[in-house]
Amino acid sequence: MMIDAVLFYVFAAIAVASAVVVIGQRNPMYSAFALVVTLCSVAVIFGLLGSPFIAVLQVIVYAGAIMVLFLFVLMLLNVKREKDSPSRGQRTLSGVALALVTVLVLQAGAVLLRSRPTPAPDYDASTFEMAKILFSPHFLYAFEATSILILAALVGAVVLAKKEL
Amino acid sequence: MTPLAEELLVTFVKIVIVVGALLGGFSVMTWVERRSLAFMQYRLGPNRTGPFGILQPIADGIKLFFKEEVMPVAANKWTFLAAPVVAVATALLATAVIPYGPPFEAFGRTLQIQIADIEVGLLFIFAVTALGVYGVVLAGWAANNKYSLLGGLRSSAQMFSYELALGFSWVTLILAARSFRINDIVDTQAGGFWHWNVVVHFPAFIVYFLAATAEVARIPFDLPEGESEIVAGFHTEYASMRFALIQMAEYINMITVTVLLANLFFGGWHSGVPGMPESLGGFPLGFVWWGLKVAFFLFVFIWLRGTLPRFRYDQLMQFGWKVLIPVAAVWVMTFAVLWVVVGGGPR
Repeated sequence: MMIDAVLFYVFAAIAVASAVVVIGQRNPMYSAFALVVTLCSVAVIFGLLGSPFIAVLQVIVYAGAIMVLFLFVLMLLNVKREKDSPSRGQRTLSGVALALVTVLVLQAGAVLLRSRPTPAPDYDASTFEMAKILFSPHFLYAFEATSILILAALVGAVVLAKKEL
Repeated sequence: MTPLAEELLVTFVKIVIVVGALLGGFSVMTWVERRSLAFMQYRLGPNRTGPFGILQPIADGIKLFFKEEVMPVAANKWTFLAAPVVAVATALLATAVIPYGPPFEAFGRTLQIQIADIEVGLLFIFAVTALGVYGVVLAGWAANNKYSLLGGLRSSAQMFSYELALGFSWVTLILAARSFRINDIVDTQAGGFWHWNVVVHFPAFIVYFLAATAEVARIPFDLPEGESEIVAGFHTEYASMRFALIQMAEYINMITVTVLLANLFFGGWHSGVPGMPESLGGFPLGFVWWGLKVAFFLFVFIWLRGTLPRFRYDQLMQFGWKVLIPVAAVWVMTFAVLWVVVGGGPR
């Protein structure tokens, strides 16, 4: 639909612009805020693709939980604005060059592999349908294994951070 | 009119009604809260402006409007300005997916005062309240004041901890309704009051009530403000209309959790009395039951404020992580097993 396309380009532009701010900004607090904006814009794009569940999860997990922890640490350590270094122009130049090379390589790869952008498949992406796929034998073991992996990482982090339990 | 234009018009009218009612509710609530607290403390409270002081919110608004806007020299200008806006925006956004009262027939169609009836309603509220913490954190950080920063830090830690318990308390309701839609959850509670989730999911209700109180930082969980410890916490440096915006966000959040409490646990617009007529002379009685429930629980929040002292910070963290979350988790497990074994759950 027309409105969907307009919304897509608006939020895609916001996502890219704020992503540039994340890496370009010297003040770590501003970088963190810009990353929140990026994550929320990506969530809107998920919503436009017809998957409100993924959109909401994106906001809850990344923008709501992980970024709040980032900000908490930044505020607690009181991280100051990064100092200007003499080689700044040089580094910006090499960064832009590297980004261009990456885009060219990816485009070349896409042309060589003759892959074209395909429209989103027209399927029912409701929460119920997604849950059925996620808990089908095809994905169930991977899904459960991932949760065990996350739990192991969590326990590991607690053990590393706390010398005495 | 084309269907799209009609849909847009209906949504626009709903937005005006909901936002208008919330802003009105906010100003009335400030007066109700001050008067009720005063009576609980053997005082009179604001009783001079208009009959019973009912015009006090208007006087407050005029006063705040004409006060000087002060910004600390060392404050981070744009963040300082953005913080109250973020707070109000997230508070209002969360109210978009909540149904206010029953569906009713009018203008030849079925209407309901709910801006967007989305499939993932409860999760949407969860996501937006998770974003709501940024308003407080930004305010605390941007003022460049030690008390503000302490308030902001406390707030982020507190909301982060209690959000988990809040989300956990919804899990069994979602399971039982097999849907994230708030309307579906309300509909599972139709019939007698023993069908209400407060009866069926009593442990979840306790967890929700405590976690919601902490989430909106009301006494006894108002550590982010803690005026006897850190002046006024995250909004120490705010004055005038910016202060009013922060207050507005807090009251709207309180109204949101109260409406959710009535909808999710107390049957929403269902009377709870079997055989009660649906409407009286064309007026849906659901609005009355729903309004009474919401009003009562708003009063309970004020009542708590007039009754309880504040938690200590370490007690707050202990309580959230070592009591509420385990209770919620055990209840989810217990309910899931009981539902499958005894009740009509999926096999």
